Amino acid sequence: MVSPILPLTLDAVELRRGGKRILGPVSLTLDGEGITIVLGPNGSGKTSLLRAMHGLEWINRGHATWNGEADSVRARQAFVFQTPVLMRRSVLDCIAYPLRLDGIDRRRARDRAAELAVSVGLNATLDAPAQVLSGGERQKMALARALIRAPEVLFLDEPCANLDMASTAEIETILARTRDAGTRIVMSTHNIGQARRLADDVIFLHDGRIIESARRDAFFAGPGTLEARAHINGDLIP
Amino acid sequence: MNDIFQGLSQAMRLVLAFDPGLVEITLRSLHVTVTATLIASAIGLPLGAWIAVNRFRLRRYAIAVLNALMGLPPVVVGLFVYVILSRAGPLGVLGLLFTPTAMIIAQVIIITPIIASISHQAIRELWADYHDLLISLHASRSQRIGTLIWDGRRALMTAALAGFGRAIGEVGAIMIVGGNIDHATRVLTTAIALETGKGDFALALALGFVLIALAIAVNLALHILSGTERGSRW
Amino acid sequence: MTLKTLLATVSAIWLATTAGAEEMKMAVTTSFANSGLAEILLPQIEKDTGITVELLVVGTGQALKLGAAGDVDAVLVHARAAEEKFIADGNATHRREIMYNDFIVVGPSGDPAGAKAATKATEAFASIAEAKAPFVSRGDDSGTHKAELAIWDAAGVNPEGDWYKAVGQGMGAALNTAAGMNAYIFADRASWLNFGNKGDLALLFEGDPALFNQYAYLPVNPEKHPHVKADAAKALEVWLTSDTAKGLIEGYTIAGQQLFTFNAQPM
Repeated sequence: MVSPILPLTLDAVELRRGGKRILGPVSLTLDGEGITIVLGPNGSGKTSLLRAMHGLEWINRGHATWNGEADSVRARQAFVFQTPVLMRRSVLDCIAYPLRLDGIDRRRARDRAAELAVSVGLNATLDAPAQVLSGGERQKMALARALIRAPEVLFLDEPCANLDMASTAEIETILARTRDAGTRIVMSTHNIGQARRLADDVIFLHDGRIIESARRDAFFAGPGTLEARAHINGDLIP
Repeated sequence: MNDIFQGLSQAMRLVLAFDPGLVEITLRSLHVTVTATLIASAIGLPLGAWIAVNRFRLRRYAIAVLNALMGLPPVVVGLFVYVILSRAGPLGVLGLLFTPTAMIIAQVIIITPIIASISHQAIRELWADYHDLLISLHASRSQRIGTLIWDGRRALMTAALAGFGRAIGEVGAIMIVGGNIDHATRVLTTAIALETGKGDFALALALGFVLIALAIAVNLALHILSGTERGSRW
Repeated sequence: MTLKTLLATVSAIWLATTAGAEEMKMAVTTSFANSGLAEILLPQIEKDTGITVELLVVGTGQALKLGAAGDVDAVLVHARAAEEKFIADGNATHRREIMYNDFIVVGPSGDPAGAKAATKATEAFASIAEAKAPFVSRGDDSGTHKAELAIWDAAGVNPEGDWYKAVGQGMGAALNTAAGMNAYIFADRASWLNFGNKGDLALLFEGDPALFNQYAYLPVNPEKHPHVKADAAKALEVWLTSDTAKGLIEGYTIAGQQLFTFNAQPM
């Protein structure tokens, strides 16, 4: 049994782009089980935080440390981008792609991809080009692609933005099931209701910094900061 | 106008009669240019992809040089290859001057920058699209380039066809390094130049029509074989 | 052409397989190639000697350069002074006269310069210069160009000005230009007779012995260039000076006119 890649420790991580601080300093430890929901207004750094954790961003100051070498542990995580990356391939080949990178032969990879397509409720024609999928189908495809390597940690960046209620409900079901199967999930969202339904823990970001970090019930029962309270109530934060 | 009609009808006659001389130079044109296109693609496609994917210090200069080489006059390339391959030149011992191989070398030099430049642009767009996914999936460098080349294959085929189109119609360089020797290095374009020189415009035009038809046929054949135009198929 | 022969041709060309016959390269002038005589001679040469002669059609200047660089095995040109220098430089072992044809003066059928009335080539040239009538020159250092310059020189004219247009191209291209501009031009008879785009041009002056154009064969010196096919070049020389060659050369006509006169001397 390979040792688990968690915990992930962020130690005073700071991202700067074009002379501007866009995240940090942020310190946190990700361990255990469940779903962590990252909340915060637009521009608060949710996407940057997820990308920094996954290792997609150059960190200017501080350290992000996995339990293992940072580059190779990335293959044991998965990331679902807010806009799914559609490869110029069939739906099935898109989903199977991570397994193909692992050197698994095409037939087996596609068989596995077909199983995952079923498990995420993707009913589209799997031999059609990925580009013809609808918005909800694209997210399911991206989710299936993310899950095909059975990642230990799954990052999702606003996976339900722009989706209708039915699709959102389906995705939430899949995520709950994935969490129950033991995958650690970190997900950003705008949707307070979604956070209440899915979260085990909540991280609240404001101006690139974590200003609250709590268990779900504690967070929603009494947010400790003015900004978090305003966000939950749907107020504009000054 | 008269010349054009005479040219067309003569082209018809030559093609329908399967004129052995025409068949010979047409096949030689194809042999030289297809070979040159294959070699130039083998160099240019990965080179374009490599430049698109890698960040290196002289990258901008490499792209500028590539784009400048695209505009290289074929006659200059021909002269350069000639001087190199001449018996008096550094590679003279190979005895390649005035052979189809010399023509292939000249065409490879002419079209490799074109293929590399077009594929660089195509791959750069695809790479912008795929970048986060491929990094996230921890794809190795060669896997990234392989994926980009495979998924960009239609655009890359277009790049190769652009190279083919430039090469099949090229006359300046291959005239110099091939010498337009009958039954040895004469191809469609050099034959056209020869017949124009003799004032036989009808025959020159007929060969020109054959050349155009050949270029169209090759393009169509590749597109049909690869199914590019079949609606939404990839 | 049947499918079978087509396939044979395809594979022969594609694989560039040659049929065992020996090949040699010879640089010849455009005027010789345009005459069409090569198409008569080459198949017979191949039949008699087994040598496939590959022709590089260039101007005399370039033909001699190809020989000097060792890129061809022999040259067949017509520019005596340049040929002698070529031998003096050690590029060829010797020069062998094969045949001659003649140059002519072509121009607009209306003959505005009155070149037709001349009795000598120099007079015809002088009248063209006098009238400043448009004149197209090869201007490419070819044998024909050199012969033209020699006549200007003999006529005491320095050809300069708007009327004198050096195109820097082969005989055919120069004739095309002259036809397009309705200009005078100095050409070899064979190129003129074979030229398909005469337009309003007509033959205006011919027959002056000063216009005779001697072709000579020069095998490239194997001591300077050990890779040249000296044996093939020797065999070709023997054939070119044979009676078979004489018959074919003198029997070659265009529009009923004999073009070349064989004058090779036995060794």
